[in-house]
Amino acid sequence: MSDKKTNQVGDTGHVWDDNLRELLNEPPRWWMISFYASIAWVVVYFILYPAIPLVNGYTKGIMGWTQIKEYKEDLQKIEQVRAPWENKIKGMTPAAILADSELTNYTVSSAKVLFGDRCAACHGAGGAGNPGFPVLADDDWLFGGTVDAIQESIAAGRQGMMPGFKDQLSEKEIDELTDFVMALSQGNGDSQPAGKALFDGAGCSGCHGADGKGMHMMGAPNLTDGIWRFASQDQRASVRYTIAHGVNTGEKDARNAVMPSFENQLSKTDIVKLTVYVHELGGGQ
Amino acid sequence: MNTPRQDLPDEHIDALYHEVHINTGGETIHAKRAPGRFRTIKNYTMLVWLFLFLGPYMRWDGKQAIMFDIPGRQFHIFDITILPQDVWMLALVLLFFALLLAAVTSIAGRVFCGYFCFQTVWTDVFTWLDEKFEGPPLKRRKLDHAPWTFEKIRIKVAKHTIWILIGLLTGISFTLWFGDAPTLWKEYLTLQAPLFAWITVGTFTFFTYVFAGFMREQVCFWLCPYARLQGMMYDCETILPTYDYHRGEPRGKLKKKADDSGQKLGDCIDCRQCVAVCPTGIDIRDGQQEGCITCALCIDACDVIMDKIKRPRGLIRYASLDEMEGKPQLPLLKRPRVLVYFGIMLFSIAGIIYGLNTLGTLELKALHERQPLFVMQSDGSIQNKYVLKILNKTDKKMQVAVSASGHPDLKLVGAEEPLTLPKGRVSPHTVYVRIPNAKLERDTLPIYFRVQDITTPDHVVEYKSMFFGPKK
Repeated sequence: MSDKKTNQVGDTGHVWDDNLRELLNEPPRWWMISFYASIAWVVVYFILYPAIPLVNGYTKGIMGWTQIKEYKEDLQKIEQVRAPWENKIKGMTPAAILADSELTNYTVSSAKVLFGDRCAACHGAGGAGNPGFPVLADDDWLFGGTVDAIQESIAAGRQGMMPGFKDQLSEKEIDELTDFVMALSQGNGDSQPAGKALFDGAGCSGCHGADGKGMHMMGAPNLTDGIWRFASQDQRASVRYTIAHGVNTGEKDARNAVMPSFENQLSKTDIVKLTVYVHELGGGQ
Repeated sequence: MNTPRQDLPDEHIDALYHEVHINTGGETIHAKRAPGRFRTIKNYTMLVWLFLFLGPYMRWDGKQAIMFDIPGRQFHIFDITILPQDVWMLALVLLFFALLLAAVTSIAGRVFCGYFCFQTVWTDVFTWLDEKFEGPPLKRRKLDHAPWTFEKIRIKVAKHTIWILIGLLTGISFTLWFGDAPTLWKEYLTLQAPLFAWITVGTFTFFTYVFAGFMREQVCFWLCPYARLQGMMYDCETILPTYDYHRGEPRGKLKKKADDSGQKLGDCIDCRQCVAVCPTGIDIRDGQQEGCITCALCIDACDVIMDKIKRPRGLIRYASLDEMEGKPQLPLLKRPRVLVYFGIMLFSIAGIIYGLNTLGTLELKALHERQPLFVMQSDGSIQNKYVLKILNKTDKKMQVAVSASGHPDLKLVGAEEPLTLPKGRVSPHTVYVRIPNAKLERDTLPIYFRVQDITTPDHVVEYKSMFFGPKK
């Protein structure tokens, strides 16, 4: 059919490659309709939406649409979805949330971002820990793993203190003490009587306890397990350094171990949520 | 008896070799409606589509018998509830119907197109309305070319209104499968239906109106992908409405006067009734062609003529290419193509039956925590964290016991008490597995979780996951 038509229409007289003629066929109607519809669309769009850049500003469009407005509206929608949960959580204690598995699931999901923003930089995603920063997913806690202790740690921050012994003890004594601590972690502290005597005599047991199991009140770590606050490839050297230079003494070469306070940075609800999240990482008590 | 005579041999030969006419929709086909065997069959087969309109009103146990609840992610089919996890069966259902289509096509041509396809069925209903409102084809053509009188406007407006109403009913009926029918009807009538429902109804109405009212056979010619595939399923044994050219040719007009030119003519008297009734406007005498939807209405038309001129019926009949060539015909079960199609159909049916019989009540997945992969506990054991995603497919709360195995010194923490699973959805449960580091021989080992219904211990699922420890 189309062949018959082409035979009837004329051409522009433009012929190339011997027999290719430019015909005067009209464009198909559907194409022209789409073409005019597109133009109409552009006009309508320019009237409704921000479109033409001007010297100072741009045409705003009669719908008053802006990207930031749309973003805020979307955010509002999300908050509406969350509202029933958030309203329930507001004013609840972490322990009360943990008693309800649905609320716990919600809190853990929604606090994940908070943890990523505020905590993961030091403690690692999922509380996996980093060199010099404690693992939060295990059951070894410096200041206690109960919900109250965790909440206190987040809200008020924590700062343990351990004096350095490099001035009080001789190099040999520090070595002996180090050997004792290393043996203690393997469960045979008795094999190092010299170090044990120093441990009791130099005041270590005052914080770490007579049995070396640590004390949550002081933030003194348990020395009898295999988990190290300052873990290192060469663990003996690391322990020796800690004994010699101490932690948070204010001295230049002392170890630094400070957990900041989030009371003034986060809302009460956020702190409660984070408490639940940290508690649920795997080691909460 | 009169002898058909070829009165215009030159023109006839021209006609045989004339350029094939391509139907590009520039003309409206006004096919004649004539009664007959295949017309009656089509009238009945069309009725399967009543199921689309009436199906949603079926009730079962006080609920809609068949409902595809998309937002709730549940398909209800009588007693069976299918959750997204079981949707693999849908693939088998689709496979079955695809192969059914192929098998039927290879045996008897485009049976689906001719008798069942929504496009041809709706078109048939619309052309029936054409005839009711505007009369037979001749009158319809005349009306199309007539000036716009009040009468013409009245007829056209009435017809198009009915067309749109049919489209609307089609769209609404379609949506009723996805929601509670009475509720949805109430929402439509009070104009309170969800926007998405309106969009669906609007789309269906529009396309029903345009496809069945205007595009008609053009959809089969230019839009339908299935029409293109069918040629591949035909073979020489496929029976199709076929013009018996051995019998029919040379065709010629029936003459009233006896003619003694001596030329013997075939049975085809070139009355063109077969073309007049064809809904896609083709001439079956040109042989097998893509426009033929094998509705067999030309057979009906031809049989009437054969009866009238006292010739045997079947000048156009269901016949295979082999039959036309006088070759022996293979029995159905010796055709490899048919056997393969039926084999795959059996496979998919077996799969669906298996699936429906093993729908189960529980499903379990264990997601291993990767940050951190494992932690060292103060007692020297290695702890791994898992989130058990347990799907309770029943419509009641369920109490389940969770256990884990895979290492003699393994300890499961967090599932000491039975877990309560909410009905009909997945719920996450965090558990920990601890193994003393000293007892770990390798840094990874498989762990098996087992979830068992407490009241019905038959309901049990297992899932294999991995346990990770420090490098050994």
